[in-house]
Amino acid sequence: MRIAMLGFGSVGRGIAEAVSEKDLGLSITAVADSRSGIIDADGIDIRDVLERKRTTGLCGTPGITAEDVIESGVYDVLVEVTPTNADSAEPALGYITCALTAGRHVVTSNKGPVALRYDALMQLAVSRNVQLRYEATVCGAIPLIQALEIGLAGNTITALNGVFNGTCNYILTRMTDEGLSYSQALLEARELGYAEADPTYDVKGIDAAIKLVILANSIWGLNVSLDDVDITGIDGLTTDALALAEDLDCTIRLIGEIIPEKRILKVSPRVLSKDHSLVVRDTLNAVTVETDMAGEITLIGRGAGSRETASAIIADILFIRDCYVERT
Amino acid sequence: MKLEMKDKPGQLIAALKPISDLGGNIMAIIHQRDPSAAPGDTIDVQIMLDLPGSTLEPLVETLTAQGVNVVRIGEERLLIRRSVILIGHIMHTDLTDTVDRIDSSGLAEVAELGMVMPAINEPSSAKITLKSSSQEEIGRAIDLLRRVAREKDLLVIEPLEEYP
Ligand SMILES: NC(=O)c1ccc[n+]([C@@H]2O[C@H](COP(=O)([O-])OP(=O)(O)OC[C@H]3O[C@@H](n4cnc5c(N)ncnc54)[C@H](OP(=O)(O)O)[C@@H]3O)[C@@H](O)[C@H]2O)c1
Repeated sequence: MRIAMLGFGSVGRGIAEAVSEKDLGLSITAVADSRSGIIDADGIDIRDVLERKRTTGLCGTPGITAEDVIESGVYDVLVEVTPTNADSAEPALGYITCALTAGRHVVTSNKGPVALRYDALMQLAVSRNVQLRYEATVCGAIPLIQALEIGLAGNTITALNGVFNGTCNYILTRMTDEGLSYSQALLEARELGYAEADPTYDVKGIDAAIKLVILANSIWGLNVSLDDVDITGIDGLTTDALALAEDLDCTIRLIGEIIPEKRILKVSPRVLSKDHSLVVRDTLNAVTVETDMAGEITLIGRGAGSRETASAIIADILFIRDCYVERT
Repeated sequence: MKLEMKDKPGQLIAALKPISDLGGNIMAIIHQRDPSAAPGDTIDVQIMLDLPGSTLEPLVETLTAQGVNVVRIGEERLLIRRSVILIGHIMHTDLTDTVDRIDSSGLAEVAELGMVMPAINEPSSAKITLKSSSQEEIGRAIDLLRRVAREKDLLVIEPLEEYP
């Protein structure tokens, strides 16, 4: 199956590396980054492109754009891995809309379009008889959407709680373990590349809230936006508060919570017993779903990273191939 | 509580079973056998127990249905506890008032308060434990605490618990 990629950063390169190293039956026919692009209907030499990107910062020829890639039509699935824009979702929203309109499947790791325009994009995909998949937008490598949509089909999910932001989890782990202050732990997270230069989205709980919006709209059709989430971040936490929790044999984690039936969507620091399954370490993510038939299920794994996120994207691509392309 | 039951084998065990079924905990049993009692007479048993919120009524019903006479129910003490952590200018936003508003609500009492004072002007952190006689009331007391905290710009960190 042929794939075209928009974005050749951490995630894009992770996908390219996996496709070139593993025998997945995928061929990359077009790639664009912010300043260049390359299109070859017969398949691109991925190692070449990775090398060129590493040495020159460009994946292809200047002047070839994302629009050119979309219009080339030499692909079955468009993989959209450009930066997230949580306000307008652009330019990714436009790219995805064009590809779906042209009758191409789309797989994305970009939270913006899925959080802001889920219904419209899904309707468009259905009308063109193609798939839009977005496993990588929530909890990176953890196959959460697949578990909720398919693995737990038929169950009523009464509650979902989870650790959705690895940066916050890392900061809280370090504050607890080493008694670091919030700002010291944040600084450390930045030095290790776990936090962005502007960590606002992570530490104020917005990133976790966006993921709840994606789940709420896609799994339960709640039709909510970021304004519907009650959000408290971790930036007000003190080392003393963590020590007090410790006295109770507990700790504090940033928890995202959905109670679908009551339309409760909430992100807030919470006190949890230390042996609670959501108390994971460092940058890990974890989600517990409570269901009527399956009982309680907890998934734990890496919420970010080049290869980890590529795993979710590739699983989506192969799912489309195996369930929708080869069967028709 | 004080119970009156038939003096025959197995009766006491039968009376204790519903307590554990309801998630209760037996803390003490006082039972004095009267040597002059004839078979078939009734005996008195006093039990001290710790019950989860609002299970007292169902317990009394079950016991009565089993033919056990509940003679007297002692003072019901507040046994449900929930701790939350507060962060902010806890002292300077009138801590006495914060505690009073919970205590005077009739929903719960502040059972414990542990506070860490950091450097001047830095926010302080406190652990506050409320106790109440039912889950419902403690939930409402936490709601109240949340409102007071919002007014005073304090951050409340609540335990992760399922909504009832
Ligand atoms: N990293 C993770 O672990 C992770 C996990 C889950 C989800 N995500 C999401 O996945 C997406 C990609 O993340 P990332 O970490 O790979 O980001 P990144 O390293 O910043 O890479 C973004 C890539 O997009 C390219 N780009 C920017 N604007 C573009 C445009 N208009 N057209 C075509 N390409 C454009 C950039 O080009 P240049 O190379 O020329 O700058 C870069 O190659 C984001 O939406 C992110 O939120 C990431």
